[in-house]
Order: sequence, then structure tokens, then C-alpha cells
Amino acid sequence: MREITYAEAVREALAEEMRRDPRVFIMGEDIGVYGGAFGVTLGLVDEFGPERVMDTPLSEAAIIGTAAGAAVVGMRPVAEIQFSDFLTIGADQLVNQAAKMRYMFGGKARVPMVVRTPAGSGTGAAAQHSQSLETWFMHIPGLKVLAPATPYDAKGLLKSAIRDDNPVVVFEHKLLYRTKGPVPEGDYTVPIGQAQVRRAGTDVTVIASSIMVLRSLEAADRLAEEGISVEVIDLRSLRPLDADTIVASVCKTGRAVVVHEANKFAGFGGEIVGTIVESEAFDFLDAPVVRLGGKDVPIPYNPQLERAAVPQAEDIVAACRRLMRESRRAAVRP
Amino acid sequence: MADALAVQTERLGLAPERLVHMYRQMRRIRHFEEEVDRLYQAGRIWGTFHLYIGQEAVAVGAVEALEPDDYITSTHRGHGHSIAKGASIPLMMAELRGKETGYCRGRGGSMHIADVDAGNLGANGIVGGGIPIATGAALACRKMGLSRVVLCFFGDGAVAQGAFHEAVNFAAVFQLPVVYLCENNQYAMSMPVRRGLGNPDIAARAPAYGIPGKTVDGNDVLAVYAAVREAVDRARSGGGPTLLEARTYRWRGHSKSDANRYRTREEIEAWKQRCPIRRFEEQLVAAGVLSAADVERIAQEVREEIQAAIEFAEQQPDPDVSALAEGVYA
Repeated sequence: MREITYAEAVREALAEEMRRDPRVFIMGEDIGVYGGAFGVTLGLVDEFGPERVMDTPLSEAAIIGTAAGAAVVGMRPVAEIQFSDFLTIGADQLVNQAAKMRYMFGGKARVPMVVRTPAGSGTGAAAQHSQSLETWFMHIPGLKVLAPATPYDAKGLLKSAIRDDNPVVVFEHKLLYRTKGPVPEGDYTVPIGQAQVRRAGTDVTVIASSIMVLRSLEAADRLAEEGISVEVIDLRSLRPLDADTIVASVCKTGRAVVVHEANKFAGFGGEIVGTIVESEAFDFLDAPVVRLGGKDVPIPYNPQLERAAVPQAEDIVAACRRLMRESRRAAVRP
Repeated sequence: MADALAVQTERLGLAPERLVHMYRQMRRIRHFEEEVDRLYQAGRIWGTFHLYIGQEAVAVGAVEALEPDDYITSTHRGHGHSIAKGASIPLMMAELRGKETGYCRGRGGSMHIADVDAGNLGANGIVGGGIPIATGAALACRKMGLSRVVLCFFGDGAVAQGAFHEAVNFAAVFQLPVVYLCENNQYAMSMPVRRGLGNPDIAARAPAYGIPGKTVDGNDVLAVYAAVREAVDRARSGGGPTLLEARTYRWRGHSKSDANRYRTREEIEAWKQRCPIRRFEEQLVAAGVLSAADVERIAQEVREEIQAAIEFAEQQPDPDVSALAEGVYA
């Protein structure tokens, strides 16, 4: 299969969906000739024109709100929010309007819209352009929240999101845009709400999303050299969450590490841990579940500080080793 | 005066039956609100709501200037907009009672009454929250090749919200078929316009967006109709958005918690002297469009209609708690 980048995969999904369905259009800041801040939409305006690839004013509330208004009367807009940090500026329209419209109206409205947005740190953009805010939106009934880790899923999940009749927020990690992977040409979808086991293992389950999947796989390679067999679960969809895949894996391994880039405190890792300990997997645990997440600081500018602010592969390696040591100790206790 | 009305309505293309219909709509709104208030005092309506009494000329004058398949977005003070747009009063009353057969199956209540299929994109609990949604609906109308127009109601308080600025600029940039109608009822809860806005002339913002703006007497239903009609015609013919300001007054408190500490009884009384319904009624009677007997007959019919709606709502079932989670996702 040919390999393309994550950014190209997103672009291909947008183009194919616009060709397939005249109701689909994209809107956002600098997405036309400029191609978007990360080049994701580059060239789309040439094929689809400025009516379907709309450069908007710098107005996040208007972008998200007009997407909701257009969706409720029959279009299928895909809005780009240039940095996920800017979701806060348009949050009323997403949280109070789009997410709740259907329920408030007694289940009699549909709001088929997508908000795509680049998230995460690692680019030296500092505190207002580097956050991972997915937990905020996972907390809202009425929204679906996706965080694809691979080019394949970036295309397949975005297509599912565009065809979904609910507001869907897709967090695309900036550092993933240039990563390459196999992506089929033409149409396919990845179902929303299904995690995927990226690597099978028997000793520890590492549950991750977005770029943390790549770091977990890297950690798993290193740990394999030490004889520790790691199973890596890529959540892909954060809401709805695939509890079955998580629970089945932890029942098998008896050890779990949850890792995300978002701040650990009140981050969605807590929800994953809750899912594990409320399930039958609790009886299989050989050691307490470990959470890895961002430090409790705004993302700093200096590259060493920035790197230290979020989990790296070596943190995942260390967590898995510690978990193995502790559970062996527990096992030999009389 | 009679001749003046005839000239005005002829120019607006409003036949006498249409005038009577508008008069009846205003009375339906007024009586609905009075009964809602009474039911609340009697402990039969729960939660909160925001009464429209005193502003009826704005909703009726504006919505009458639309075609049936045009859209509106409404506000937290939205009962009048819904009724003017043709909502079923029994279904509204059922919603206020939290019933399963209400407009929102009892999930929304007063602040979320909507009927998307009938063109009402919803009341809104967030001040200014509906302005971007109206703008998006207008964008969709254009994209779908429909000649529909969106009428966006909001209050003077919403003008201080960022969403107002973002959405009006957005519509101006794309020349969308939307009419922004600010109902200036003088107070954002307790904050008077003169203290809450650096420039209390709301329509004066229009040139800043490069769009037409106009102020009208919001207690004059025909003046509202004429201004909205002009703006709707412009929007429908591709001329882009308009910002209208209708100056009116809220007779009752902001909501149930309001003790009216921020304004005087004299001020309220002075505005009541300018009652939009009585004013229109006097015009219609003087012009011979309505007789005194007609006025009494309409009042009686409206009373009976609202009473029937109250009784209908009373008999409706509550939602089943087992269906709590229905309607979160499509």
C-alpha cells in the first residue's frame, strides 16, 4: 500500500467527502490559498473553489456557530479551528449550542458538523498554542471526540466524523502531520468508538491516544529487549470510549499504564482508570494502575522544558519497568 | 388617522384581514404570557421564563414580514417569537409544563422552544448565542440555493457579547441573507442600555460592518413590519444583511427573581401608556377595520384558545424517566 503523511490523509478525506456529498464544505482561518496553518488544506481551494473552501474572518465563535447553524438546516460543515487552544474562544457555540441543540429540542434536530483542530506540544509555540484540551470536550454529552494517531485513521475517522449526524471534534496532533503510513486510495471508513490493539503483549497494557501511541510503541520495542511484553491500545475515539477493548486487555495482562499528553490532573486518564477498576479487570490487577500525563504547568517555550512537560517514550519505559518490579514484589510477598 | 392608516397599509400591501391577523397575534402573545405568569404564581409552572409583555409589536411586525419557510432564531425571551412564527400554543404550554408531548418533549422548557421543521431554530439560554447560528443558517440557505432568509432576534444585552460582533461581521463579509433585529427593551437584566453600551445607538453600529442599519419604534407594529420587510427583501435579493434596532420596553421583570429595583414605577407606567396592542387597536378601530364588537370577540376567542391550551397541557403525560438519555445523540 502506498504511504502518505497524516496531513495528506486528512486532506484526502476532506477532498473525497466533498466530491461525494455536495452538502460537505470546509471553513476556517487561512484554509484557502494559504493552505491552513499546517498546510493540511493546501490546494483544496483550487479544486473546490472559495464557496466550499471558505476562508473566514478570525472569529472562532462565528466559525463554530455558523457551522452549527448550517448543520441544523441541512449542510455538513467541517470547521477548522487553527489551534485547539482557540476552541476556548468558540466554546459557547460548541458546548452550549451545537452539543445540546438536539437534546434541548427534544431529539428533533440533527447537527452533523465536524470541528478539526491541531493540538499538542512539541513545536515551541508555548502555552497558548500547545495545549491538549480533549478532556474538556469529552466531558460534554452530545459531542463525540476523536484523536487519530496514524494516517490511516486520520483519513478513515474523519470520513466517519463527516458522515456522522452529531457534532464531532477531531484533535489532530501537530507532530503527527508529517508522519507517514499506509493509507488506501479511495473510500474507506474507520468506525467511531472502536479502539485498536496496535501491538499485542502479555505483561503490561499501555492505553494511549494520538502521539502517545507512537511513544508507547517505541517504549514497547525497548521493553521487548528486556523481556517485557507490552500490549499497546490506541483509543482512537475518546468519546464514545471503547471500554471493552481496554477491559479485555487488562484482564489478560493484569497491569495497566494510561498515558496522555493532557495534564494528568483531572485528565481523561482518570476516566480510563475508573473504567478499569469498575470492571471485572479489577480482580486481575497485579499492581495499581499507573497514570502518565502532562505536568501541572502551562506548556513552556524552552525545548528542554517543553519536552519535560509531557510524557516521553522513556517515561513509559520507566513506568512499565516499575510496574513489573512492583507486581513481582507483590507476588512473592508471603 | 384613519386615512393615514389606509395609506400606510396600502403602501405595505397589507390587506385588512392581515391587519386583523396581526392584531390577534399580538393579543395571543399577551394573553399567553399573562396566563403563564398566573400559572407560575399558582405553582403549576416550574423553572423560569422571561415574559415578553410590552414587546409584542416587534415579534409580530417582524415575523409577518417573512415568508412561511424563512427561518428565525429566538432568545431567552422567546415565547412571542414562537407564537408569531406560528407555533402551536398547546404544544408550547405542554413544554412549559415539562410534558412529553411539548415541543421539546419536556427536555428544553421555556428557553429552548424550537421547531426546526417549521423554521424556528430555537430560543436560546445564552445571550447572543443564537446570532452565529442564524448566520450559519443563512450561509446554508445560500449554499443550498434556497431563497430563504433568516431573521435573528436578540436583545440589547447581546450587543455587548463577542458573538454579536463575530457573526455580524461574518455575515457582512459573505453578504448573507440574514436580518439582525435587536429588540432594545432598555435593560439587559438590570443594566440600562445607556450604561451597558458605550454608544447606546445600536443601529449606529451598522456602518462599522459596512451594512445598512435602521432604528424603528418597536411599539409600532407597522413600523416594525415596514423596516423588516425592507431588510428581508434586500437579503432575499442578494443585498446582504441588515442591522435593525426596535426600541421597546419590557413591562415585567427580567425573570422571576426580579424585584424591579433598578427602575421606577413611573418609568414602567409611562411605557405602559405606549402599549403596542392598544395603540394598534385604536388605529384599527378608528380606520373601521375593527369594530368594538370585533375587539371583544377576538379577546374572548383568544381567552378560550389559551384556556384550551392550558387544559390540553394539564392532561399530557410527563416524560418517562427511563427515556432520560434519549436524544443526546442522533
